[in-house]
Amino acid sequence: MGLADKLLRGGRATTLTTTLATALIFTGGGAFAAPDAAPRDAFPSTYQAAAQPPFAIVGATVLTGTGAEIADATVLVRDGSVEAVGAKLPVPEGYVEIDGRGKWVTPGIIDAHSHLGVYPSPATPSHEDGNEAVAPNTAEVWAEHSVWPQDPKFRLARAGGVTSLMILPGSANLFGGRSVTLKNVPAVTTQGMKFPHAPYGLKMACGENPKRVYGSKGRSPATRMGNVAGYRKAWIDAADYARKWDKWEKDGRAGDPPKRDLQLETLAGVLNGEILVQNHCYRADEMAVMIDVAREFGYKIRAFHHANEAFKIAPLLAKEDICVATWANSWGAKMESLDGIEETAPMIDAAGGCAIIHSDDGLLIQRLNQEAGIAMTAANHAGLSISRGEAIKWITANPAKAMGIADRVGTLEPGKMADVVLWSANPFSVYALADRVWIDGVPMWDRSDPRYQAPSDFLLGQPGQEFAR
Amino acid sequence: MIRAATAALLACVFTLPAAAETVAITGGRVVTMGQSGEIERGTVVVRDGRIVAVGAHVAVPPDAKIIDATGKTVTPGLVASGTALGLIEVRTVETTDDRGTSARDLSAAFDAGYGLNPDSLLIPVARLGGITRAIATPAYDDKAGRELLFAGQAAAIALDGAPMLMRRGVAMVLEMGDAGAERAGGARAAELVALRAIFAEVRDFKARRAAYDRGETRTYTLSRADLEALVPVVEGRMPLLVSVNRASDIRDVLALARSERLKLILEGASEGWRVASDIAAAGVPVLVTPVENTPASFEALGATLSNARRLGEAGVTVAIQGNGNHREREMRYNAGNAVANGLDWQAGLAAITINPARIFGLSDRIGSLDPGKDGDVVVWDGDPLDTLARPVAVLIRGAEQPMHSRATELRDRYLPTVLSPANGEKP
Repeated sequence: MGLADKLLRGGRATTLTTTLATALIFTGGGAFAAPDAAPRDAFPSTYQAAAQPPFAIVGATVLTGTGAEIADATVLVRDGSVEAVGAKLPVPEGYVEIDGRGKWVTPGIIDAHSHLGVYPSPATPSHEDGNEAVAPNTAEVWAEHSVWPQDPKFRLARAGGVTSLMILPGSANLFGGRSVTLKNVPAVTTQGMKFPHAPYGLKMACGENPKRVYGSKGRSPATRMGNVAGYRKAWIDAADYARKWDKWEKDGRAGDPPKRDLQLETLAGVLNGEILVQNHCYRADEMAVMIDVAREFGYKIRAFHHANEAFKIAPLLAKEDICVATWANSWGAKMESLDGIEETAPMIDAAGGCAIIHSDDGLLIQRLNQEAGIAMTAANHAGLSISRGEAIKWITANPAKAMGIADRVGTLEPGKMADVVLWSANPFSVYALADRVWIDGVPMWDRSDPRYQAPSDFLLGQPGQEFAR
Repeated sequence: MIRAATAALLACVFTLPAAAETVAITGGRVVTMGQSGEIERGTVVVRDGRIVAVGAHVAVPPDAKIIDATGKTVTPGLVASGTALGLIEVRTVETTDDRGTSARDLSAAFDAGYGLNPDSLLIPVARLGGITRAIATPAYDDKAGRELLFAGQAAAIALDGAPMLMRRGVAMVLEMGDAGAERAGGARAAELVALRAIFAEVRDFKARRAAYDRGETRTYTLSRADLEALVPVVEGRMPLLVSVNRASDIRDVLALARSERLKLILEGASEGWRVASDIAAAGVPVLVTPVENTPASFEALGATLSNARRLGEAGVTVAIQGNGNHREREMRYNAGNAVANGLDWQAGLAAITINPARIFGLSDRIGSLDPGKDGDVVVWDGDPLDTLARPVAVLIRGAEQPMHSRATELRDRYLPTVLSPANGEKP
């Protein structure tokens, strides 16, 4: 059983409760051993963290990502992992000591909704590769095959403390394709950025975008009911496909395996719980419909994205264990986002749900900490009681959960990857800057050291780069 | 009493906001952005819509309604430039988007001061971000290959729900660089040549209006309305507000303005820091959005978070903009981000108060807490530029504004479901 499977046991248990799903479950880890079957890891990560001496950040206020705020804390990092975090811990001999007094430490920021690399800067049709907007179901495309690692925004996001991010295809289609989760490290290839063994996501989209894109081309979906029919038809095909593979497995792999179908393979991956549904959906009523569609076909929705109206059904979303990735400030661009409010994330949190502040934007990704601060401040102004320790989860532990990597990142618990940000001030303040950023214990950004500020290849030799100095 | 009654009557007649009462904001840290500087514990008195006294030792009139600002910060109302406020409701609902026209015979004469909607849902949201005035700025609508160069004229507006128009024709809006070049036929030179030809036409028209009306002039490329609208621009009375980013484009615009003797405002100016001394020498103010630091296009490769600071250090008058349309309330955070990246805090606040007021010729009425100016005052529970602070009182033309919006009403409707999730879907 692969790591991704282990991560997903909770989700799979839930799908097992429906009889239909039971028939769909692939039989085990060796399911794709045959040459014609889908390889487990077709485009494997080549990312490896360099070895570093152990270090200690001493005297900072630490938000652990588990809810705690620890004053005058020591953070010990060894072999790329968090070793210990606590108030005034002694620093073992041989550790490089970093003065954190007056500063703050958080887990690395995680963005659960980004288009970096697939909509790179500068914007030009030459490399705007985020929306395969030619058919409403393009579950067969993978975002990692569009990512341009030279997108200068990766570095800017790093300067904003972002250490992991999920790159999603756009929302033109009902099924937009697979997401890819990256470590925000400089690399020549996308494989060199891939978060090792992170589960894939499937981008789905509700509402105005698919019906506008295809309705305007005179084809389905042209309405919301067309959208839902499109999902259901696709899941029926996926269930059929999964059954064929399942039968081939049960029959002892006798004879030729069914022919692989990239589109159905991804959808079947959702049905068997390996691929996490990341569902762009603004309106509360549409989210409720999507929950019923998921129930009909026996899959789980991992997160609703944008979800401006999620606050209207916060208890339902908490009960269904569906994360809500949203903003504080964005509203009103479309009818379906007219009811956006600043307090969506804190209201989800207050109802016991999994709240996430995401970016969907190359500017906001640099300031997710501030967006969380705005939501937290607005909520407390409205009478909720959200602590800093809780609010930091919206951009650390909770996106890690939505992306299926919470066992490795998102908090500063011992054993987790040492993705760490040292902030100049309270990270929810507009004045906080990421002084230093480590990924797997390796320094990846230092505001006072140009060696850790290198721009991407694209910007080398371009005009106006002196500011980097 | 008679005076108050008269004011109330006038308020009814002209449907001005109810501003007859006297309000004293007491005990706060008052950052006036005006002649009184910063007052550690001060009082601001507003009467009949105007500021009448500001200082540390101001007597509170006995009839004044008191707003206790002890421990709080008091600033002028914020002034948002480059906004769609009053012009848009939902971007994808075309009937609610009045930012621009696709008419093929209307360009410079397009006037954002007409058709403003004071009931827009965006207004209370912006107000809760401390914004009391805005520059409603035309945008382009290039449907059907419209290639007219000017977007039209911006208008100054007030955000108190009353008839909004404060002053029309505060700037003529023009895009240069990538977008302008595209509109002019695909090359920067095409736009620069076309603009010089247009300005020559306008001067010709201005000198020979009567002959024009008799049909005795050569044929002009622009309509009469557009020519007329551009007369104050060529006379240097109405500023030309030019969106431009690349350093070389900025130099070209500065040269154009110099040779045509135009009054200029730059907008965007991603690479403004690279030519900051040229901009400063020309005495041209700049509207920037400091958080726009990505090399989003080939004309903005040098975009940087330090742009506002560098421009300020060079002596350029800088105003800071919000994030457009529904997101103007983030303007103060944009100023905060400029400060976090090196801009002086006072300069950051000036960039969203007195500087935009001066740039658009409105500083006689707004932008600072000086006696005689309009009573636009905001009380904050912390640093107005910080994400951790909120406004707790907003006055416009002396009238206290409601501290709620449709968004807060939605929030309050559903808040009980969150506090007791077992209670079901809806209160």
